[in-house]
Amino acid sequence: MYQYDKYDQKIVDERVEQFRDQTRRYLAGELSEDEFRPLRLMNGLYIQTHAPMLRVDIPYGLLSSRQLRMLAHISRKYDKCYGHISTRQNIQYNWPKLETVPDILADLASVQMHAIQSSGNCIRNITSDQFAGVAEDEVEDPRPYCEILRQWSTFHPEFAYLPRKFKFAVSGATHDRAAVQVHDIGLYLVRNEAGEVGFKVLVGGGLGRTPVIGKVIREFLEKKHMLSYMEAILRVYNRFGRRDNIYKARIKILVNATGIEKFAEMVEAEWSYIKDSALLLDQKEIDRVRAQFAPPEYDKDAAADSTFDDHLASNQAFAAWVDRNVKTHKVSGYRAVVVSLKAPTIAPGDVTDVQMDRLADLIDEYSFSEIVTTHDQNFIMPHVKQADLFPLWESLVEQDLATPNIGLLTDIICCPGLDFCSLANAGSIPIAKQINEKFNDMDYLHDIGDIKIKMSGCMNACGHHHVGHIGILGVDKKGVEFYQLTLGGSAENDVSLGDRLGRGIEKEKVADTIGQLLDVYVEQREEQESFLETYRRIGIEPFKERVYPKKNLEEKVVASANY
Amino acid sequence: MQIIKDKKIVDDNWQRFVEITADEILPTGDIIVPFAYWLDNKKVLLQRDSRLGVCIDGDDETEEVAKDIEHFDLIALDFPAFTDGRAYSHACLLRERYHFQGELRAVGDVLRDQLFYMQRCGIDSFQLREDKDMEDALNAFTEISVKYQSAADGAEPVYKYR
Ligand code: SF4
Repeated sequence: MYQYDKYDQKIVDERVEQFRDQTRRYLAGELSEDEFRPLRLMNGLYIQTHAPMLRVDIPYGLLSSRQLRMLAHISRKYDKCYGHISTRQNIQYNWPKLETVPDILADLASVQMHAIQSSGNCIRNITSDQFAGVAEDEVEDPRPYCEILRQWSTFHPEFAYLPRKFKFAVSGATHDRAAVQVHDIGLYLVRNEAGEVGFKVLVGGGLGRTPVIGKVIREFLEKKHMLSYMEAILRVYNRFGRRDNIYKARIKILVNATGIEKFAEMVEAEWSYIKDSALLLDQKEIDRVRAQFAPPEYDKDAAADSTFDDHLASNQAFAAWVDRNVKTHKVSGYRAVVVSLKAPTIAPGDVTDVQMDRLADLIDEYSFSEIVTTHDQNFIMPHVKQADLFPLWESLVEQDLATPNIGLLTDIICCPGLDFCSLANAGSIPIAKQINEKFNDMDYLHDIGDIKIKMSGCMNACGHHHVGHIGILGVDKKGVEFYQLTLGGSAENDVSLGDRLGRGIEKEKVADTIGQLLDVYVEQREEQESFLETYRRIGIEPFKERVYPKKNLEEKVVASANY
Repeated sequence: MQIIKDKKIVDDNWQRFVEITADEILPTGDIIVPFAYWLDNKKVLLQRDSRLGVCIDGDDETEEVAKDIEHFDLIALDFPAFTDGRAYSHACLLRERYHFQGELRAVGDVLRDQLFYMQRCGIDSFQLREDKDMEDALNAFTEISVKYQSAADGAEPVYKYR
């Protein structure tokens, strides 16, 4: 993985001291609340319901065991012994004291980490495919480009105060696991007809209040122009994006208002001036960064092992875990393991200090000391030998990290919601709990199969509800929590935004309502169809009728009375 | 009045007019007028024998300003709020695309913690908001010494030194 050199280290060290001084000036009354807010946000520090919340960047989700141990240490020393993995592959601490944040940043800097631009109206942490580097369907490893973008965007002077936040995702695979199409800028590594690898560039996607699917602005961009083209897009946005209304300030609104053709013209015009400037990316730098993502030294004989098959045949629980939580790897004899942070009794995405320490030991032993956070709030151990799967599984079971539910109903994406977030309209964690309590029969979950439930506690959509097969959005109706359901969303290649099912559901009935939706699916599915496939075939009506039967009856009565 | 220029606190004699009424008589000496006023009063302004500056805000098109750029000794960029980042792009464009050699001055809601960014975008003088301490603000220029990306300050991306 990427190792800081003296320049990278210096910038995070200097940032720690800069923020220490900003915090001091704030506490001394030299900076007003309004003046300090953007500064602390640009360092991932929110003021939340109970305490500040600190969001730490995990660039493209990748962590070493040393970094993971530090994250555990921070949670113990400054917080309540746990952290929360966010949908942007970052980690959040819910209880640090403001005065201690500079010390936390210093601890992070000691392991080449930071919280720079993890919030604020600037370019945020760049996310990617959690299987980057090990996926079989990869054109090229996207992480070197994420790292180059990370460096380019860090303290970019022109784009420090954009109209609104700005999110990048980069994928190098044919299967989009990084929700590229719902980002402000999405990049796919693709091969053109000449056989060269470059980028397909999308712009203006995003969730939030107005969900929009990104549009292709350029089919093929040469790698050497990556930075200049990004700079052209950002400059057009910085100049012309709306600043009068924060709900209309994202780039998607600008792209929709101008139209993608016109917007593309503006970008190309801007780009024509800067494409051969100092922004031209040196191949030497690409090579330098790529070399740091070279694959580890895999064991050539890994596939020769037979113990794995023996365990599979003799241990059902192990086999069930392998079936759901173990994924293919481009190297024969290796697998990528998903560590489930979705055990029934914990808030989705939470991980304790003890678990983090143990995971750090396990990746030292089994995964070349690397682990990856995922946007669906789990971890991946990217390089596990098949012979090691069984002992690894046993260790994960001990830590309650082996729930065999990846991709199933209880592998819920869930934002912090009302329990922690000051913007929330409704709780998300209690709903996740309710769902886990109702659907606690593993056989039933396996029968239902692949389904993505995504939940946000307000319109900001941190839980990506629009792109859940079932989306759940918390709303507040006169002080009471209600939940609006959407069906049929997807963030993958077949991207779509969910359709609204109908009026909000009472809090107590959310899990029961999901049960009704699943009943419809089970009754109507054909052969191996997934929930999403059935939904796309039969449409929303059968689901509506099941959930709101009385109202439909009344509507029919009213309708017939009109005749 | 004192301002920060080239990273030092200096005395300054430019007089800036935010609004100018039709019958107002402008004093002698170096003046900064709104860009819109320049557009309407070019002739008169060109006859003065003092230095001339214009002030632009986020809504002004840099392309328009660039057409008359040879007449300006100073261009002031107004930050109506320190969180309004449009002037950063204006500054970059004026320096890099239109090769403006005169003084680029930040005015308005200009605070210490943005000076680093402003300076990197080619702004070389700063009229700090009145209630702020200028001595203290000078620290802003030395806090971060590594520049990952090229910008209008002429810095090369740090990777060139690697
Ligand atoms: S979706 Fe709303 S409630 Fe949930 S974390 Fe985001 S802002 Fe908070």
